[in-house]
Amino acid sequence: MSAPLAPPPVQAGAMYRALVGIGAVCGLAVVLVFQATAPVIARNRAEALERAILDVVPGAATSRAYELAEDGTFAPATGEAGHDRRVYAAYDADGAFVGLAIDCRGMGYQDTIAVLWGYSPAAQAIVGLRVLESRETPGLGDRIETDPAFRANFERLDVALDDAGQSLAHPVETVAHGKKESPWQVDGITGATISSKAIGKILDESASYWLPKLRPRLADFASPPPVPVAEGGER
Amino acid sequence: MSARLPVAPGPSPTDEFLKGLWRENPVFVQVLGMCPVLAVSNTARNALAMGLATLFVLVASNATISMIRKLVPKPVRIATYILVIASFVTIVDYAIQAISLELHKALGAFISLIVVNCIILGRAEAFASKHGVVASVADGLGMGLGFALALSCLGAVREILGSGSLFGVALFGPGFQEWVVMILPSGGFFTLAGWLLVFAALKRRRAPRPNRGPVENAA
Repeated sequence: MSAPLAPPPVQAGAMYRALVGIGAVCGLAVVLVFQATAPVIARNRAEALERAILDVVPGAATSRAYELAEDGTFAPATGEAGHDRRVYAAYDADGAFVGLAIDCRGMGYQDTIAVLWGYSPAAQAIVGLRVLESRETPGLGDRIETDPAFRANFERLDVALDDAGQSLAHPVETVAHGKKESPWQVDGITGATISSKAIGKILDESASYWLPKLRPRLADFASPPPVPVAEGGER
Repeated sequence: MSARLPVAPGPSPTDEFLKGLWRENPVFVQVLGMCPVLAVSNTARNALAMGLATLFVLVASNATISMIRKLVPKPVRIATYILVIASFVTIVDYAIQAISLELHKALGAFISLIVVNCIILGRAEAFASKHGVVASVADGLGMGLGFALALSCLGAVREILGSGSLFGVALFGPGFQEWVVMILPSGGFFTLAGWLLVFAALKRRRAPRPNRGPVENAA
């Protein structure tokens, strides 16, 4: 009686050839597509950021990215500084400096929330807010992006500095819905308590970090001609 | 001289295409790929976009795997399939970022997770690795369209009830009270259960009666 036929052994060389060959072709395809789409993706990101900056600073027509230097001054951005060293100056149609847009992030209910807020030096207030990234609960937490009453908090939210100019005169705080009494308070959202409190905390931390650095250096943003943020580098 | 047994003709590419739409629909019959089905079907637009992205990866990976099936030794076939599928998913990921950042943001990590969607690896192993390119493309098209159709069905119901709109177009007046639960994860389960019920009822109605012939698809 003959033994059952065993399958022929597979040579190691054949397996190497298959994996390396297919890997090389796949790698080439991915790199080609990356190279073809990278400029488009970079342009989309820069345009989205530009739209967000113009949205959070009322009256803005153009913007330019600035970096915080080691000596505390601000200069037009040249590299890829992180969001803790970069701000965006906004200018009106006549080229006059009208405000700043600041990118910050913090923990929300589900994940990190990234926010861009607009600052008016004249009003010493937050004058606009855009949620850039959020994975908050659909229908509940994501109302920080869509709820008109909540968004109205950021038409003029007081972030004036104290007399020493080293910290906020009144910390930004989120209060229960309908309990807002002061211009530095954020009227929260019922059903999205954690997300709305997270926004207040993120703004408080970001404003406390940036405004003492920005207020004495506002002249740094007035002189250079505005250049679209797309040319000054993406976030 | 021995008589030759008649060989039954295999299913045509049309049959391979149609089976994914109805008889072997990956969502409503095979109940596969539930992670993206439940996660990104909260709006019709997201559901359709995820369905089309999966369709592209399924067709492209089926065609490629069918073409290389005779070159790939059996012990390394799964690693090869994953390599091919991951490459197409990466390409789709870049393409969606180039088309719309908003859409990419809405679909989030689920684009990358198409790599591990069991429908795609399942069709590669069960079908494309054993059939020709035309039949594999037809299979991928049918399964992919069946998946996209199922996702769109879920997305449409969830968006209409949960947001009062369809593809972003408001359907009801300002007095409409949204069913918030429908766009939450639990709403995905409710909607899926409803569609499975509808599908099962339709299949039962179409199935031949026992006294007329053999019962098909008893499982």
